[in-house]
Amino acid sequence: MICVITSSSHFETWLAAFLTLAVFSFLYRDNPFYKFAEHLFVGVSAAYWMVLGFWSTLWPNAVVPLFPDAALVVGATPPAQRDLIILVPVILGLMMLLKMVPRYASWGNYTTAFIIGTTAGYSLVRYLRSDFIYQLGSIIKSVIPESANIGLPEVFNSIFILLATISALYYFLRIRTNKRSANFISRCGLLVLMTAFGVSFGSAVMGRVTLLVDRLYFLFSDWMGIL
Amino acid sequence: MKRNLAQVVLSTVALLIVLSAFLPDTDGGFSGIVKSADSYFPIWFSIIAVFAFVLGASSLIGSHVRKIKDRETDWQYSVVTVLSFAIVLIVGLAKLGGASGLEGDVSDPASVLGRIFSSVLSPLHATLFSLLAFYMASAAFRSFRIRSLETTVLLVSASIIIIGRLPFASKLFSFLPDALQWLRPDKLSLWMLLVPNTAGQRAVLITVSLGVIAVALKYILGMSRDMFGGQK
Repeated sequence: MICVITSSSHFETWLAAFLTLAVFSFLYRDNPFYKFAEHLFVGVSAAYWMVLGFWSTLWPNAVVPLFPDAALVVGATPPAQRDLIILVPVILGLMMLLKMVPRYASWGNYTTAFIIGTTAGYSLVRYLRSDFIYQLGSIIKSVIPESANIGLPEVFNSIFILLATISALYYFLRIRTNKRSANFISRCGLLVLMTAFGVSFGSAVMGRVTLLVDRLYFLFSDWMGIL
Repeated sequence: MKRNLAQVVLSTVALLIVLSAFLPDTDGGFSGIVKSADSYFPIWFSIIAVFAFVLGASSLIGSHVRKIKDRETDWQYSVVTVLSFAIVLIVGLAKLGGASGLEGDVSDPASVLGRIFSSVLSPLHATLFSLLAFYMASAAFRSFRIRSLETTVLLVSASIIIIGRLPFASKLFSFLPDALQWLRPDKLSLWMLLVPNTAGQRAVLITVSLGVIAVALKYILGMSRDMFGGQK
């Protein structure tokens, strides 16, 4: 076994295997190996995403428009002229950094306002268009057959989706009434939602199991070489 | 005063974006100004996001450095976080190890940063998420006990989906006659995914969208200013 293990001498594979086992050791209980892996993950991922943000967003979108010759550093063609409008987000970004200085922290509110404003604006448009209107459109479309040659199962599924959606909406929107029929519809809606949540849960479990199998495959194949 | 000015910024930006979605595509006039402002906002947002990363990282490193200074419990692990952060930052900003130096792609798999990604970040990320498989199973055991019709439906639908995705799912119940073949877990799980799940998710999406629209309007109209803190 040791011979098999030592045959895989690649440092990076060994490092990845050590970290994988360190994280799995948490299944026994919290221990120094897991804590090491956890803290390493925090430090490495914070720096990794910062570096990626710097080179793929800040450099081409802020540094190069303000200093065109900066494009030469990454082997790109410099733009013809400066784009000073980019100073606006740069100043907003610097104002956000003032949040670290308690005395000037309130200056960061303008950046917060811009972030919430753009998020609220885009969310309003996106959810109105692609979720609310599109989903309502899909409900209407489900009762209009796309072709004349559809079978009984398709008709059943369309009617089921329509009724199930209406009953789930009925439950969600909490239409209060004392009528028995209304309570029945609401209860059906709850069962539809429970089925959908069950499907989501099952899919999530299978997704995690796939990741687990992938890690075990890595250990037994790439690291130990026994698969 | 400052809070009012921040609210004006928030409402103006949001209204420009909403207006831009409904105005026709023209180069000049009011519509043109709104459209050009809207075209800048995503880039501005991503630039500010990088500054937000800097703010977040400063806070993270600040708290760990404080922990090391004060020799708090488990301070040794904070050294790991600070050191790994500093090393990856230097290596990444200098684009070390790549074939073309600074001109190369930052995520080049041959660079030191690319190798750190494949040997440290990717395995840790995948393993941490795969751990959830165990915890989800124990959580399911505790919460899915058959106590009511709703929990039974949840348990049955989740079980069908899990069994239906197994490699040998098509072999289970293969003895059933043709008329009842739809009861096979693989077929049943597909039907549940496409029919009841579609209905449930559609209802969720519609109600979530109503909620998001209401919250967005609340912020745009200045009915909630908690995010600006307590300063007047």
